Amino acid sequence: MSTARQFKPEEPWQAPEGEPIVRLENVTKRFGAFYAVDDISLNIHAGEFFSLLGPSGCGKTTLLRMLAGFETPTSGRLLIDGQDVTDIPPYERPVNMMFQSYALFPHMNVADNIAFGLKQEGMPKSERQDRVAELMSLVQIEPLAKRKPHQLSGGQRQRVALARSLAKHPKILLLDEPLGALDKKLREQTQFELVNIQERLGITFVVVTHDQEEAMTMSSRIALMHEGRIEQVDPPRRLYEFPSTRYAASFIGSVNLFDGYVTEQNDDQVRVQCDDAGIQLEVRHSQPLVPGMAVTVALRPEKVRVIHQLEADTPNQLRGVIKEIAYLGDVSIYHVELASGKRVQFTQSNVQALAEQPLTWDEEVVLSWSANSCGVLTE
Amino acid sequence: MKPTSARPSTRHLIIAVPWFWLALFFLLPFLFVLKISLSEPTLAQPPYMDLIREIEDGFVTLVINFSNYQLLLEDSLYLSALWGSLKVAAISTLFCLLIGYPMAYAIARSPLHWRLPLLMLIILPFWTSFLIRIYAWIGILKANGLLNNLLMGLGLIDSPLAIMHTPLAVYIGVVYNYLPFVVLPLYATLIRLDLTLLEAAADLGCRPWKQFLLITLPLSMPGVIAGAMLVFIPVMGEFVIPDLLGGPDTLMLGKLMWTEFFSNKDWPLASSLAALLLVVLILPFVLLRHFERRSEEGNP
Repeated sequence: MSTARQFKPEEPWQAPEGEPIVRLENVTKRFGAFYAVDDISLNIHAGEFFSLLGPSGCGKTTLLRMLAGFETPTSGRLLIDGQDVTDIPPYERPVNMMFQSYALFPHMNVADNIAFGLKQEGMPKSERQDRVAELMSLVQIEPLAKRKPHQLSGGQRQRVALARSLAKHPKILLLDEPLGALDKKLREQTQFELVNIQERLGITFVVVTHDQEEAMTMSSRIALMHEGRIEQVDPPRRLYEFPSTRYAASFIGSVNLFDGYVTEQNDDQVRVQCDDAGIQLEVRHSQPLVPGMAVTVALRPEKVRVIHQLEADTPNQLRGVIKEIAYLGDVSIYHVELASGKRVQFTQSNVQALAEQPLTWDEEVVLSWSANSCGVLTE
Repeated sequence: MKPTSARPSTRHLIIAVPWFWLALFFLLPFLFVLKISLSEPTLAQPPYMDLIREIEDGFVTLVINFSNYQLLLEDSLYLSALWGSLKVAAISTLFCLLIGYPMAYAIARSPLHWRLPLLMLIILPFWTSFLIRIYAWIGILKANGLLNNLLMGLGLIDSPLAIMHTPLAVYIGVVYNYLPFVVLPLYATLIRLDLTLLEAAADLGCRPWKQFLLITLPLSMPGVIAGAMLVFIPVMGEFVIPDLLGGPDTLMLGKLMWTEFFSNKDWPLASSLAALLLVVLILPFVLLRHFERRSEEGNP
């Protein structure tokens, strides 16, 4: 997983005294008997590139639409920059939205589309023209000013939509699947551009996406949603390295899960009895756990080391047979079957695989990993 | 090589069918009308003289008579009938749009299971004969009709309102009868309107009425134009409604044409009226197309 964002020392969500720009307090949205958003409380801080990530139907779009004002929460409060906006209509909110379908006005040209919001504010014409020119240069569409939306390519439309939603200097920009309609190549390129624009303008971005890679690349923090609730809110790196639930672990990237129960804990070292693994696994975990508690050990495939025979005094060694190999170019994925019948995945870069003796089908291997490389999930 | 969906000859053949239809049933009859309009009336059956006549010994002569058109332009009766038709058509179209737009809008925005029944209600009057519906209006509007009796029964008026045989009765009849022709095309455009566009407008600071004015209304213009044409064109030639509901002072081209054809048996004059009407109707659309094309070319 790559990240376009440089690690920043300032992490506004860490500062307890900082007033968040968006504050959701126990927000619930019900459609009939269906809870689209179920009692969510969340703070988003100024300057963040915040992603709502989840599969379709998890409530992320409903949450975004509530921020825009298109849906009213069934219960709970919604504050933007300290102001309670729960019952404020969309046309009076200091936020703007970039729609998934872009929603460009088909009867207006590019310049008029971008100027639309400014005109509603009553900005004088000369000032408006300057602002439109500035925005068009920001998203690099100057030559398209007089075109109608139907004369533009998908990528150009996306840029017009972005420029239009930025025109009014919103306190928060809401983006609904901003790259969803672009092809893969353009999407990757646009991810970096979006991050650059966000950093340059310093506007808080709240992005809805179902694409974990997109969220990982662009976000300062990700809220992983599942069935109307938030599973975990963390920066991409933490979300990947330290998922807090089974769902979070399996949604982002691939993971091997071993169900078991705690047998003992010394300081931050936990021993977990796993019947599938046939041994006790050692895991680093600083939170205190009760012996006998049911937990799951999560192990990322790339953290697994392959050795050819058991080593003495090394924890977390599993013997198995390679059953399947998937060649992906840069890496290969190996499926190893343990004595219990459980399959464990590991990946190895192909550079490394070729340097050593290549692994092959039905080869017997020993998988090993350190206690630091895996985690304990309690939910 | 460029792929083609059909061989040129096949394509021409397919296109030829509607062209042939139009030529046979629209162009040819119109040419007959044009021919009659250029002939001289006579007391015979049919009551006009041929343009090409044999004089003697195989000599033929072509006699073209422009006096009908001359009369149309000189006699103020015909021009005021044209003006009358234009006025009735324009005002009726306006009222049809003013009443029909909210109706179409309401149907398009109503819950899905309501739309079909509501549309059926719009179409329902067509299941009754046009003439019967107009006679029903006579029953409603006449001096001792339903409306006057109701108003007098409620004590709102002392003597019956004179609505029958006035322009008002014509307007009521025309607007009532042509309303579905506005509602249906407007409904078709409004139902296709992407509601996200209204959300986008709201998001950019538009209150609901401005969303309507800046987004819904301009984007429903194709429906407005189609509906307006479906009312304006037939009303220009409308004969039955002004004849049955209007009075002697209701001067319209359709009525006049009827009189010339059937009462005065002056087919050439009636035909020239028909030709004039066609020019009056076609000219605006030719101009409209011309300006549309120019504005399309104006865009890069």
